[in-house]
Amino acid sequence: MNLNSWGNYPIIKNTVFDYTDDLFNILPLPSIPHGNGRSYGDSALNTNIIHTIKHNCFLSFNKENGVLHCESGVLLSEILEIFVPKGWFLSVTPGTKFITVGGAIASDVHGKNHHIAGSFSNTVVSFRLCLPNGKIVTCSHKNNQDFFKATCGGMGLTGIILDTKIKLQPIKSSSINQITIKTRNLKETFEAFEKYKNYTYSVAWIDCMSKGENIGKCLLMVGEHADDGHLTYKNETKFSIPFNFPSWTLNQFSVKLFNMLYYSTDITQKKISLDSFFYPLDAIRHWNRIYGKNGLTQYQFVLPKEKSYEGLQKILGKIASTGKGSFLAVLKLFGKGNNNYLSFPTEGYTLALDFKIEPNIFNFFDELDQIVLEYGGRFYLAKDCRIPRKIFEQGYPQIETFRAFRKAHQLNDTLQSLQSKRVGI
Amino acid sequence: MSYLLILGAKSDIAKAVAREYAKNGYDIYLAARNIEELLPLSQDINIRYEKEAKRVIFDALDFKSHQAFYDSLDPKPIGVISAIGSLGIQEKAQNDFEKAQKIIETNYVGCLSILNIIANDYEQQKSGFIIGISSVAGDRGRKSNYIYGSAKAAFSAYLSGLRNRLHDANVQVLTVKPGFVNTQMTKGMDLPAKLTAEPEDVARDIYKAQQKGKNVIYTKWMWRYVMMIIKMIPETLFKQWF
Repeated sequence: MNLNSWGNYPIIKNTVFDYTDDLFNILPLPSIPHGNGRSYGDSALNTNIIHTIKHNCFLSFNKENGVLHCESGVLLSEILEIFVPKGWFLSVTPGTKFITVGGAIASDVHGKNHHIAGSFSNTVVSFRLCLPNGKIVTCSHKNNQDFFKATCGGMGLTGIILDTKIKLQPIKSSSINQITIKTRNLKETFEAFEKYKNYTYSVAWIDCMSKGENIGKCLLMVGEHADDGHLTYKNETKFSIPFNFPSWTLNQFSVKLFNMLYYSTDITQKKISLDSFFYPLDAIRHWNRIYGKNGLTQYQFVLPKEKSYEGLQKILGKIASTGKGSFLAVLKLFGKGNNNYLSFPTEGYTLALDFKIEPNIFNFFDELDQIVLEYGGRFYLAKDCRIPRKIFEQGYPQIETFRAFRKAHQLNDTLQSLQSKRVGI
Repeated sequence: MSYLLILGAKSDIAKAVAREYAKNGYDIYLAARNIEELLPLSQDINIRYEKEAKRVIFDALDFKSHQAFYDSLDPKPIGVISAIGSLGIQEKAQNDFEKAQKIIETNYVGCLSILNIIANDYEQQKSGFIIGISSVAGDRGRKSNYIYGSAKAAFSAYLSGLRNRLHDANVQVLTVKPGFVNTQMTKGMDLPAKLTAEPEDVARDIYKAQQKGKNVIYTKWMWRYVMMIIKMIPETLFKQWF
């Protein structure tokens, strides 16, 4: 069995080890923990991989305060299946439910409510971390803080997360009241984000084909949990992509999809399921195959709020003029960041663009990198497969603290991913 | 309350079977030698499906303890599945009788010992079901695992006879023959993806087959045909090829 990441790029031959208590006695080092393989690039890839997915037991649930204790291989989708019918939902969820809880901590993932709830680590009460020397450390916001801050967003480079306690939020209904707002350009898009900032959830789909005065045209979707209705949940898999598509299909597909949605809505309100609101792409199993056999990557960065408008104008302009890759992009206004050493979110606008891997795409990224840096931005490791070290480290002021932490605990030589070697963490 | 007794509850297939049956309304006895390791699974079943998952100590190789073990179960399970099994290491077993003996006792004698006791009870009650997880390795001996395979062959023959005997008592006996399954037992092996099942697939197949009253299933299903072909190969060729 060979494990790949979601982007199917890069591909590396690996040996897979199941996590067991005596693992570190037999494990060839260095190695890297791997959950469900939904990070896009090389964060969880190396020649030796520690697979945590089989450790997926729920250990306890407190009905009074919503704290769930579970092993780190539990998928968010499993939490939804069991707890939505009981009136509980994840306090923070990314755009896919097919990730492990351990992966959510390691990437300190964010969701559509970042401006209100922060990132995943904000919902973590505590976790137990197994170090390569076999020592087990219990970490929380108060205990072993340095381990907590290094591990949340630490991309699996501090140890194996064994189990965790996370706080779920109560819900009264399994529906979301969604409002969709249509804007004509980036200015209107920014105004719309500000106008609707009190909504719990918000995210925008940007049309990257638009040029000139229409740059930044979007559909902004905001939502709230409904108060009425029932609590039911079922996995909504609509269909599966059976094989890698020829690459030309992608552009037509996404352009049509956006236009269909854009021209059929103005401001509309509707009640939709949790899955449709939070995980629209999960309904299409293996959607990564739409990008063809060479794989895909996502280019995701965040710009400081005060510089976001100018920076995004420039970047979206450049993408539109070169006509490369991504036709749909996701834009989101983050709230304040946290103190974890390598957590990605920081106050400002984040843009995520999908690209298929093709010749010259990496040169194009290099050009985009320069604009992101010029405006003081940073990049998201969970999506990345190529960021050069020099570019990466400029975005993270606490990177030296992280490096020193790894060194102090002898983690440098034991836990490594292709990515950690490249960006020097 | 209907309990399913899972013998050898520590295996990956057993874990998936426990969840599948709990999901479908059964309470579970998780029986294994070391029940401490089964605590997370019993908690999981309790939270996921709001079903009981009681851990009970059972040593397949301590034959003398089996009657007392079964007597101690209250309430009695309405069905039992034997997921006891250990591949062992063929090269070591062919040179060391004690190792070979352990493979045979684990995969066959222990199963026979406990299932005899349960079968007698079910026959008297005129109800219950017995599921034995055997293996395609029992269908034809190959040099890479024939000691394990011979135990599984014996187990398959045992289940077949038991089915014959218990038919009149209305007790179902289901023989399960998994091919490759992605579990601890096969870790490190380079298995062909299309022929390899996940433990959850095997558990679903078992539950469905048991509910439908089937006799023998292969899982994945295509193994029935793979083994049909393998069994048809003449011995003269088989001994050279495999």
